[in-house]
Amino acid sequence: MLEKALVGNNKYWAWIFFLLGVISIGGLFYLYQYNYGLGATGMSRDVSWGIYIAQFTFMVGVAAGGVMLVLPYYIHDYKAFGKITILGEFMAIAAVAMCIMFITADLGQPMRIMNVILHPTPNSMLFWDMLVLNGYLFLNAICGWVILNAHNKGVPYPKWVKPFIYLSIPWAFSIHTVTAFLYCGLPGRHFWLTAILAPRFLASAFAAGPALLVLIAMLLKRVANFDAGEKAFQKLGTIITYAALANFFFLGLEFFVAYYSQLPGHMHTLDYLFWGHEEFDNLVLPMRFSLTIGLVATTMLLFPQIKKKEGMFALSCAMLFLSLWIDKGVGMVLGGFVPNPMGRITEYYPTVPEIGITLAVWAAGALILTILFKIAVTVAADDDH
Amino acid sequence: MDVKRRKFLKIAGLSAVAGLGVPSAFTNLLQGEALASSSGQGNPAEGHKPAGGHGGHGEESTGTQYGMVIDIKKFAEHQGLADRCINACHTEHNVPDFGNPKDEIKWIWTDDYAHGFTEHSQYKRNAGLNELPVLLTCNHCANPPCVRACPTQATFKNEVGVVVMDFHRCIGCRFCMAACPYGARSFNWRNPREKYANGNYKFYKNGVNPNYPTRMRGVVEKCNFCPERLAVGKLPACVEATGETKAMVFGNVNDPNSEIAKVLNSNFTIQRKPAAGTKPSVFYII
Repeated sequence: MLEKALVGNNKYWAWIFFLLGVISIGGLFYLYQYNYGLGATGMSRDVSWGIYIAQFTFMVGVAAGGVMLVLPYYIHDYKAFGKITILGEFMAIAAVAMCIMFITADLGQPMRIMNVILHPTPNSMLFWDMLVLNGYLFLNAICGWVILNAHNKGVPYPKWVKPFIYLSIPWAFSIHTVTAFLYCGLPGRHFWLTAILAPRFLASAFAAGPALLVLIAMLLKRVANFDAGEKAFQKLGTIITYAALANFFFLGLEFFVAYYSQLPGHMHTLDYLFWGHEEFDNLVLPMRFSLTIGLVATTMLLFPQIKKKEGMFALSCAMLFLSLWIDKGVGMVLGGFVPNPMGRITEYYPTVPEIGITLAVWAAGALILTILFKIAVTVAADDDH
Repeated sequence: MDVKRRKFLKIAGLSAVAGLGVPSAFTNLLQGEALASSSGQGNPAEGHKPAGGHGGHGEESTGTQYGMVIDIKKFAEHQGLADRCINACHTEHNVPDFGNPKDEIKWIWTDDYAHGFTEHSQYKRNAGLNELPVLLTCNHCANPPCVRACPTQATFKNEVGVVVMDFHRCIGCRFCMAACPYGARSFNWRNPREKYANGNYKFYKNGVNPNYPTRMRGVVEKCNFCPERLAVGKLPACVEATGETKAMVFGNVNDPNSEIAKVLNSNFTIQRKPAAGTKPSVFYII
């Protein structure tokens, strides 16, 4: 089926070469980082994880979001998701691939990455994260590819895939739960030390993942003549709305616990993120912006008459996605390091190479997504003829 | 019939064994190192077991657990003593000096009381206390979160209760840095072995101590209680630098006859962030 990705119009190839260009520039930046060390980034002794790990965390959520299509379609036999479910599975593949790239970019000694397998360490959550992420990649690759291949040949998909589909559903929850465990099991970081972190991660994932999918599916409708169907869009809108409501409800709980209990450790990071702590307030503007557009978008989505207008629906999905990206892909990880264990504050500024590498990973993800979606869309188009 | 019965008994027996075995295997998994270190004269090869364990208020291990008492009043009496300790350590272990806070590596350093003891009350506290330098370093916790977090066992508790690093195994993921509640870990953001064109090291201003290795970039490092000195019967470099002042006392906290046990028994000491349940092995006399 891969040959279907090799046929396309000029716009398709321009897009592919644009992505390859971004990847190449990022590759050069990575070469520099590889030779110089991670000092090429803005990370420091105090903020020891930066934009790579933050993006990794966010993309795990996007990957897990795919389950919001797989579950209704395969468990509840929700027929309207018939065309779009494959896109959810392929989006998960691209997102997990990005996660693996971000983790690799963040390692001080990437050549030793196999040490995680050579010296398996079950008490480390990173070991489990490696297992669940690779497992999820494998499951989605199997399910997505085999089902699409059967579709392509016009035959029903083989029965042996069923267990893999069912397994992929709890597995999607596991990837984001284990990713939350990376953070919420650390005794010294109060901002992360909350039992609601995993549910919060899942809620934001189930809003952000499908929101991105809605946007991409709308794009495919315009550029590739692929219509997922109005019913599928509206149902996704409902899923996004409830997930977003849960997300902001959980965030509200964090605020209550911190500010009603008045426990300094619980308040400090929230202070830093939303009001500024001492004279440091780098993230206040983005975080307030994130909260505002997130709440506005969720409110918009609550009104069916707004959701039914394609432009408004797209706008609210884009706002929500951006809101959750800032919240989780920036504030969540950086906030955990501020203040540092001595109560002192170091702020973090990503460097040019670091941003270049990050953009390249996004471009690589977009490239994988483009190729997979191109195949899926072509198979669907062949079907219609 | 008989065959079926035998099969059933076999399965029942196996499940019983599994039922008994799984929870204890799980407990072992979580307590691996706590048990290893409580076995006392464990052989050095056991060092690579994962650590972890029960909460902070549980039973004490009985094996060797090296620890340290730091008397901050004595440091106030002897001006410059803290700096001499830091220098002794950083020279001994070839700790590079990059000359900027972003790339900084430190094994032992000073801060004031308010920042060293963030979780102790600062309310109506003696104002003079913050004038004194407080030496901060790795606490060599009896229950170290960094060891629990490490995905490759590159950091582990050795047979004498010291949390050490295997620089050659570390992948540089920095999970241990996020896990440490004391900010005791540093990362080699760049190559510490970098040289000028004339062959001189850029970041080892006083040359390299041949008795301790230098590091490559991309690995984490921290205080290790000087195993290379302990092995030849010497005290850690910082403790030696305090000389006769008794500002630092080092020894096995689990040996009731050791000097440190006597100091702990006869003084009121505090630890950093006791609520984290890490059971720090560094104690302070304030």
